[in-house]
Amino acid sequence: MGSPAVKKEVPVPHPLEDLVRMERIPHIWCSGCGTGSVFTACLTAMKNTGINYDDFAMVSGIGCSGRGAGYINIDSFHTTHGRAIPFATGIKMARPETNVIVFSGDGDLFAIGGNHFIHAARRNMDITVICVNNFIYGMTGGQAAATTPHEAKSSTSMGGNPESPFNLPLLAYAAGATYVARWTMLHSRDLADSIEEAINHKGFSFVEALSPCPINYGRRNKQKPLDTLREYHANTIIKNNADPGELGIDFKQKVILGKFVDIEKPSHDEQYHRLYHETSTKS
Amino acid sequence: MKYWRVPLDSEEVEVTQGVVHIIKDRCKGCGYCIEYCPRAVLEFSKEFNKNGYHPPRVRAEGCLNCHYCELLCPEFAIFSTEATAEQAAV
Ligand code: SF4
Ligand code: SF4
Ligand code: SF4
Repeated sequence: MGSPAVKKEVPVPHPLEDLVRMERIPHIWCSGCGTGSVFTACLTAMKNTGINYDDFAMVSGIGCSGRGAGYINIDSFHTTHGRAIPFATGIKMARPETNVIVFSGDGDLFAIGGNHFIHAARRNMDITVICVNNFIYGMTGGQAAATTPHEAKSSTSMGGNPESPFNLPLLAYAAGATYVARWTMLHSRDLADSIEEAINHKGFSFVEALSPCPINYGRRNKQKPLDTLREYHANTIIKNNADPGELGIDFKQKVILGKFVDIEKPSHDEQYHRLYHETSTKS
Repeated sequence: MKYWRVPLDSEEVEVTQGVVHIIKDRCKGCGYCIEYCPRAVLEFSKEFNKNGYHPPRVRAEGCLNCHYCELLCPEFAIFSTEATAEQAAV
């Protein structure tokens, strides 16, 4: 194609263009926002599975990362606030062969949608949940969230957050998730590999991706986008199979990354099929 | 890099030379690719793109085709491909 000797003028398409609604690019995410990086890791993982794009569905809730569903060029649903997981559950029950990916943020998945998360994990619903965790409510103006680190500043905790954040991998594990991992958007290769593994995993998979929100979190906490990435590099440690109880986030200590849970257990649709389809046809 | 024969493990070990492609007008100037390229082959250019950001440009040879910039970029604005024989010979 074209003349190979000229470097930049050859219009080679970006390798993910087949998965992105290119007419909507540039996306709305701010300069330095990590959501686009997590999204890229997710699309790369989907591509690497080799699964036909028609056998995927992506569901997002509300928030900056909730825009993901609007940018992907496959079947996708941009749902009501906090309800991405119930929609995903519905898709999975109606079409068990579909690989359902929930791409949403910490506020959507763990504050307003927290109950749905724990019950889908308890049921071992065979969906893949990717949480872009930026420690804040980005879209609505930087209010403290259920994931804001202790003492961090937000628009509703100018003197520091008096609360403690959720330890999301522990929550997922305790509720019954059968695949749990955490990376940062800087660990892009590990993140993409982990999402690929999560998609291939039968059962409820949860991947937490730490990601900068320079506008609403970084600014108040005196972190430029590159400072946040440096923190992801210097203040994290990879410890696969770490005890989920140790995974609380406090950048004064090292934050633990890795794959923590990967167990086999019948998924909800397998159990449902066994009890309601196999038995009824046998009798 | 020119091979007198293709290494037997060339499938597993990627020792390729790459070409970086920058789609300037998509860039939002975060600088992540520049900061984290393992070969430091990128730098900010002086020019502005259509949205007023300084996109990266190639400052030195040595791209490994590791695809890291491609994965890290939040904007689908940079990626690498393997250099063709002609490009690698330059
Ligand atoms: S407000 Fe924060 S999370 Fe939302 S797009 Fe901007 S940087 Fe990203
Ligand atoms: S592919 Fe790797 S070596 Fe080449 S520019 Fe990108 S990050 Fe640098
Ligand atoms: S990572 Fe992407 S958006 Fe950021 S400077 Fe590089 S090309 Fe531009």
